[in-house]
Amino acid sequence: MSLNARHLSCIRQDRLIFKNISFSLNSGEVLWIKGKNGAGKSSLLRIIAGLLKPIQGEILWQGENVKDDPDIFQNQFRYIAHQDALKPALTGTENLRFWSQYFGTDNVPAALKEFELERIADVPTGIMSAGQKKRTNLARLIACPAPLWILDEPVSSLDTHYIALFRNQLVRHVKNGGMAVLATHQDLELDFIQMLDLDAERGKS
Amino acid sequence: MGSFFSLLKRDIQLAVRQGSAFTMTLSFFVIAVTLFPLGVGPELSILARISPGVLWVGALLACLLTLDRMFQADFEDGSLDQLMLGSMPLEIMVLAKISAHWLTSVFPLILITPILALSLNMPGEGIGAMILALLLGSPVLSLIGAIGAALTVGMRRGGVLLSLLVLPLYIPVLIFGVAAVEAAIAVLPVGPHLLLLSGLSLGALVLCPLAAAAGLRLAVD
Repeated sequence: MSLNARHLSCIRQDRLIFKNISFSLNSGEVLWIKGKNGAGKSSLLRIIAGLLKPIQGEILWQGENVKDDPDIFQNQFRYIAHQDALKPALTGTENLRFWSQYFGTDNVPAALKEFELERIADVPTGIMSAGQKKRTNLARLIACPAPLWILDEPVSSLDTHYIALFRNQLVRHVKNGGMAVLATHQDLELDFIQMLDLDAERGKS
Repeated sequence: MGSFFSLLKRDIQLAVRQGSAFTMTLSFFVIAVTLFPLGVGPELSILARISPGVLWVGALLACLLTLDRMFQADFEDGSLDQLMLGSMPLEIMVLAKISAHWLTSVFPLILITPILALSLNMPGEGIGAMILALLLGSPVLSLIGAIGAALTVGMRRGGVLLSLLVLPLYIPVLIFGVAAVEAAIAVLPVGPHLLLLSGLSLGALVLCPLAAAAGLRLAVD
């Protein structure tokens, strides 16, 4: 599997966020996107996920432009955003079950177990703490498996124990042939990592 | 199809658990309709004369109350992004949201209409036609409403703008909906009006999800 980006540029409200970003990612690799606040990390992730249109450039999955054939990229990735995408009135299990049905997968019990959520699985997410919500959101990666993980600040509001736990999940995912694009300020100390520093890229041009 | 029904099920589950959609639209409908006899006076013949219009306008306005939440809640908590990444086409996803809105916010209004119609002294022949007309015509309310909801999704206080966008588009349904009931009361053929209402519904069923999906694409960009 491979994900390639060629010459991506992004303009938001008449402001150039970044230009001419290219990278290439293969199975078993992680791309770590660094940059100051406002450098365009989240925008780049949203572009990869297809939620935002780049002003120029293209994304290729398995060598094919995803714009020409959106079906090939569909359901090949999971996107974890800042917002938790959880319904406060539903319990953790119900939220996860909904997403796994929606994406046509079924791995909820394992997901609860991996992220140590079993004890709070039947609590409405509305009364969970920020860290518990984050873990429930991250558990979606296991509940709805996909080869590419697109992760926007995945470890914010997690304590050291759960950061380590998440890191193990990420390492296992990548060892099993998965890949991940990661935007975070925290160094997760992974090997097999590629760096993309948006601040440095800006300096180049 | 699994995705469609899982989304439909979730939205209904949320509406039942939060309860606000049902109770808000229903109580608004009941209160708005019962205000008319107080304002117009208890003259039974006048009430019977205006009852089809009052019920239809009441239903249109009650439906508006929950329209702005159709996509807003999902937009605010990040669910909308995820919903757009599913494997079913966006138009079908939108259709699931629309169906859930109709079932939770509009259908309960139809159930309570016979009682309100009696309280407005609507003749018996009219009540059956009223229910039929609502069943056939009210999907248009959710379908057209979805376009407005999608266009105003990122806006603060988009509710007022939504009403301005959507209410003029409800006029055809209102006209034929009221005409169907009046025809029934006057013992004239009701069929043509009901067919026109069905036609509006079918047309909206095809066109509105396309437009609403386009609006949502703009909203997340």
